[in-house]
Amino acid sequence: MDFTFWDILRNLLLATRWTILLSIVAFIGGGVVGMAILLARVSARHWLRHVAELYIGLFQGTPLLMQLFLVFFGLPLIGFRIEPWSAAVVALTLCASAYLAEIWRGGVEALPKGQWDAAKSLGLHYPNQMRLVILPQAFAITRAPVVGYLVQLVKSTALTSIIGFDELMRTSNAISNATFEPLTVYGLVALIYFVICLPLTRYARHLQAYAPA
Amino acid sequence: MAYSLNFDWLSQASEPIARGAMATVGLIAVTTVLGTVCSVLGAAAVRSRSPWLRRMVGSYVELIRNTPFLVQLFFIFFGLPSLGLRLDPAVAAILAMTINLSAYGTEIVAAGLDAVPNGQREAGRALGLRPALVFVKIVLPQALKVIFPALQSQVIIMMLESAAVSQISVRELTYEADMLQARSFRAFETYFVVTLVYLALSIGLRRILGLTGRKVLIGGAS
Repeated sequence: MDFTFWDILRNLLLATRWTILLSIVAFIGGGVVGMAILLARVSARHWLRHVAELYIGLFQGTPLLMQLFLVFFGLPLIGFRIEPWSAAVVALTLCASAYLAEIWRGGVEALPKGQWDAAKSLGLHYPNQMRLVILPQAFAITRAPVVGYLVQLVKSTALTSIIGFDELMRTSNAISNATFEPLTVYGLVALIYFVICLPLTRYARHLQAYAPA
Repeated sequence: MAYSLNFDWLSQASEPIARGAMATVGLIAVTTVLGTVCSVLGAAAVRSRSPWLRRMVGSYVELIRNTPFLVQLFFIFFGLPSLGLRLDPAVAAILAMTINLSAYGTEIVAAGLDAVPNGQREAGRALGLRPALVFVKIVLPQALKVIFPALQSQVIIMMLESAAVSQISVRELTYEADMLQARSFRAFETYFVVTLVYLALSIGLRRILGLTGRKVLIGGAS
């Protein structure tokens, strides 16, 4: 079977859907789990803070590729049937949660102590202090690094090709092997990632420039 | 049927793991030295007065920062041979890692250059130093001092990302892990142990960079 340039491009673009879907799912999942980690990380309980710190340290101190392998080979051992897609989602979600929690922690700790005092003096309990006063401000001042992390997340989905998830990178390997045109294929792949990531990078820079406070 | 973890294979695995860890350390050591030099040159170009130099290096930084490392690696290793440039896996890995680290490093060092007050440059000029000397002797040491922690983190991120070079069969830590698990059929245990080795490497690397890097890089500047 012969591949024209347009066949290559079309197949790559079809595979790009999976890259984008995986990025979105992992970003949302990472946000939800990351919230929980954040609450533990800034909690008043000593041991809870330490557990969260350890969690973040583990994910930031080991390669994502190893995390993917551990989930991919580890979950079946405790009785989960797992496919490359679900392994990729779980690993990227966990990894993203650690990074997002750490970014938001920076936001929480950057707030002046007076914000806590003010929330307390309004008679709010801890959950409401968090929900109404602290977190909205912490999220507002960390929007730029969060978007910046999304770029990193999109790029790291390429690693899921190694555990066999058919996203953009793995499809490009297959096409490159079939067509013997690695330069064209990987050039196009780089271009596709670039087109996805550049607007996000620009947006992050824009947020940075107009960040509140 | 419960699966029980088995670490018996570990007795014969210590040598390949140590060998792989040494290779990973070697890769990141070479990359750090080359990458730091390129980052300084890149930052000087990005903040230079020549518009085309600014634009060229700026595009390079944007291109690298917005594409995955794995794609860059495959482009260099699988793509370049069709242009007649066939590289040894280790050379391709070092090249890809250096190109990647330098793009991030350029941004970091450039931010450091911005942080040096202009009065420092003017004072240097007033003392009769040539612009190049003002840059090397006065501006750069102060810039590097400011951005050292960011550069250090970037080196560690690069070390962790270097796990991907196992895919072009560079015999580093992840490659050895792949080989071990193929022989022992103990994939989870193997990657678990190797993950701990990576963790130790990143903690150790942070220590070593913190202790020696500061002296080498910043020298006498205080």
